Amino acid sequence: MKIKTIIVTALIFAFITALPAGAIGFGTGAGPSNYTYNYSFWGEEVAMPDTYYVAASIRGHDFSLEDEDGNLVSIGNFRNPQGLFISENRIYVCDTGNNRIVLIEYDEVTSTYELIRVVEYVTIRGVASPLNAPYGLFENRNGEIFIADTDNNRILRLDNDFNYINSIFKPDDSSFEENIEFLPCKLVVDHSNRLFVQARHINKGLMEFDLDGTFRGFMGASRVQVSIIDYFWKMIASDAQRDQMILFVPTEYNNVTLDHEGFVYTTLSTFSGSPFEADPVRRLNAVGTDILIRNGLFGFVEPAGDWWWSDLGGVSGPSQFVDVVVFENNSYICLDQRRGRLFAYDFQGNLLYVFGGRGNAQGRFQNPVALERMGSSLFVLDSRSASITRFNQTRYGWLISAAMDYYYHGLYDESAAMWDEVLKLNGNYDLAFIGKGRAALRNEQFLEAMRFYEAKYDQENYGKAFQLYRKQWIEENITMLLIVLALLYISIKVLGTVLKRRKKRKGNVS
Amino acid sequence: MMLASLKQKSTYAALGQQLKYSLYCIFHPADGFWCLTREKRASFASANILLIIYTIVMVLRLTATNFQFVFVNPEYFNAMFPIMQTILPIILWSISNWGFTTLMNGKGKLSDVYIATVYAFTPVIVCNAIGIVVSRVITYDEGALYFTMLTIAMIWSIMLVLVAMMQIHDYTMLKAIVSSLLAILGIGFMVFVFLLFFSLVSDAVMYFVSLYNEIIFRLY
Repeated sequence: MKIKTIIVTALIFAFITALPAGAIGFGTGAGPSNYTYNYSFWGEEVAMPDTYYVAASIRGHDFSLEDEDGNLVSIGNFRNPQGLFISENRIYVCDTGNNRIVLIEYDEVTSTYELIRVVEYVTIRGVASPLNAPYGLFENRNGEIFIADTDNNRILRLDNDFNYINSIFKPDDSSFEENIEFLPCKLVVDHSNRLFVQARHINKGLMEFDLDGTFRGFMGASRVQVSIIDYFWKMIASDAQRDQMILFVPTEYNNVTLDHEGFVYTTLSTFSGSPFEADPVRRLNAVGTDILIRNGLFGFVEPAGDWWWSDLGGVSGPSQFVDVVVFENNSYICLDQRRGRLFAYDFQGNLLYVFGGRGNAQGRFQNPVALERMGSSLFVLDSRSASITRFNQTRYGWLISAAMDYYYHGLYDESAAMWDEVLKLNGNYDLAFIGKGRAALRNEQFLEAMRFYEAKYDQENYGKAFQLYRKQWIEENITMLLIVLALLYISIKVLGTVLKRRKKRKGNVS
Repeated sequence: MMLASLKQKSTYAALGQQLKYSLYCIFHPADGFWCLTREKRASFASANILLIIYTIVMVLRLTATNFQFVFVNPEYFNAMFPIMQTILPIILWSISNWGFTTLMNGKGKLSDVYIATVYAFTPVIVCNAIGIVVSRVITYDEGALYFTMLTIAMIWSIMLVLVAMMQIHDYTMLKAIVSSLLAILGIGFMVFVFLLFFSLVSDAVMYFVSLYNEIIFRLY
C-alpha cells in the first residue's frame, strides 16, 4: 500500500515539476565473481567484460624463513596488515598486527614470490628498537625507506638495507597541538625530498617534513564547507545548543600516494553530504592546491565512486575511497573500502570501469585497505583476510589502457584503432565511441564524428563537431543558399502584390 | 446542428480567425483578453484546438529537438507524460481558479478561465515550436540562446495568465495575483485529496481482494 502511494506521489510529482524522466539503476553488486561495469549517460549500470582477472593470492604462511638451526619456519599469517608499498618488483607489506615489515620479491621469470626479509626491529646505535604497529612505508627514488612506525610515534628513515639513518618525531611547533598524539600512518617523499605524512587525528592536511626531521608545516588542508542554512542555525543557536552541534572541521585525509610526476594524491572518506561535492580523491601540487582534472563527460558526476547505491548486505552509504594508484597516463584507480570495489578513471575524470566487491571469493575483499601496482598489475591488501590479491590486466583491459595512453599523448588515430579493438570485445562501451568520434573530428570527418557522439549522447563534443560541420556545409552550399533565399524573397514579394491587387479588385467589385 | 455547422465553410473561417486572435492577445493582453470572451473572439473549440497543438508541440519538444538540448531516454520515453504535464495543470488551474474567483466576485465563467488560460500559453507554444527548428541548427555552446528563449516564453506566458485573470474577472492586478496564488494552493489541495482518495480506494480494494483470497483458500 505504502509503496503504491509512494509511486503515485512520485508520478504526480513528475507531472508537476516536469522533470526529465531519468532511469535509476542500483549497484547492488550481485553477479559473477569479477563483475565489471560502468555507467551509461543515463546513469544505468552497464556490465562489460572483465578488465582484470585474479592472478595470484599472496598470504603470509606461503613464506618461510630459516631459523638458527637451519630449519624452514613459516613466518605465519599476516595479522591486520594495513600498509602496502611496491617499488619495481619489491613488495613491502606492513604487517601491522605482528609489528613487522615483510619484504617479498616477485620473480618475473618464474612468476613466483620470494620472501627477502622480515624486519621486526631497527638497530639504532647498536640497540634494537622494535617496530610497533607500522601503518605505512615508502621508498623514495634514492632507495631510502621510510616507515611510519605508528604506535612508536615516529617515522624511521632507513637506507635500502634497512640501516637506520634518522627518525622523525612529533614536531615541536605551535601549529601542532600539544595534547594530540603524533600517529603517522601513511607517507610519501616527493621528488624534491619533501616528506608528506598523513597522521591520524590531524585535520589540517598533510604534515610536511624535511628529510632530517624538521617540521615545515601543513599542506593541502581541505576547505571547510558550511552551508548557509547551517550557518544560519549556528547564528541563532544558544551557546549550549552550539556545543551540541557538529563541529565544522576540515576533513581528515586517510591516505597519500605519489604519482610518477611527483604529485601527491590523497583520498578522504569522512564527509557529510554528497561524495560528488567532497572531492574524495585529490591531486595536490607543491603548494597543496587540488589540481585533479574533473572534466568528465558527465560534468555533474565527479570521481567519487558509485553513482547510486543501496543499503543492501549490511553496507550503506556512498563509496569510501581509501587508496589510489596512478598510472603513467594519469589514469588512476581508487579503492572503495565500503564495497570493496576498484574504480578506474582516465586523466580527464571519466569513469572507465568498476570491478571487485565484498565477499570471500577470489577477487573479492572483506576489508581492503591498500592498493598498489606493479606495471599494470594491481595488488590489493585485505586486512581482514590478511592477504594480497594480485590482478592482471585482461586483453580487454589492456586495450582500454592502450587507447588511453595514445589519447593522453595526442595520438588520436592510434587511439581510435585501439578503440576499434575494444568495440570488437564490447560494442557497448561509451568511451570507445567517443574516442572514435574524437579521431574522426581530428580528421575533419565531421559528420562521422557527429554520428559517434550522438550514439553515446556526448552533447558537448557533438556541438563542437556540428559547429564545424555547419560551417563546412554553409561554405560548400553558399551559392545554393543565396539562390534559394533570393527566390523565396522574390516569390513572397510577388505573392504579396498579387494578393493586394486581387483584394483591390474585389473591393472595387463590391 | 453541430454536424451541419461542420460542413459550412464559414465555421472554419471563424475558427481560423479565432486562432489568429491568440497572436493578437499575446501582444495586446489587456485589450485582447478583455474582448476574448466578451466579444466572442475565441471559443471553446478554438481553445481546445490550441490545447491540442500545445500538447503536440510539447511531445515534439522531447522527441524532435536535437539531443543536445533535451535529456530524454528513448528507452523509457512515454508520450503520456508530456501530454499529462501540459493538460493536467491547465485543467486543474481552470477549476481551482474558477472555484476561488467565484467566491471573490470574479466575473469569469469556468469556460472563460479555461479559454483565457490556454490562449495565454500561446508564447510557450510558439517559442517551443520555433525552438524545435532552432535546436537543429545551433550547437551545444549556443544552447543559451535556446534556453533563454524558452525561459522568456514561460515568463511571458505566466504574465499573460495574470493579465488574463485580471481581465476575465475584472480584477485589479493585486487581486489577480492573490487569487492566482490561492488557485495554486487549491491545486496542491486537489492533488493531495486525489492522492488520499487513491490511496484509500486502493486500500479498500485490497481489503476485499484479501478477503476474497481468504475465502478461496478456505474453500479449496
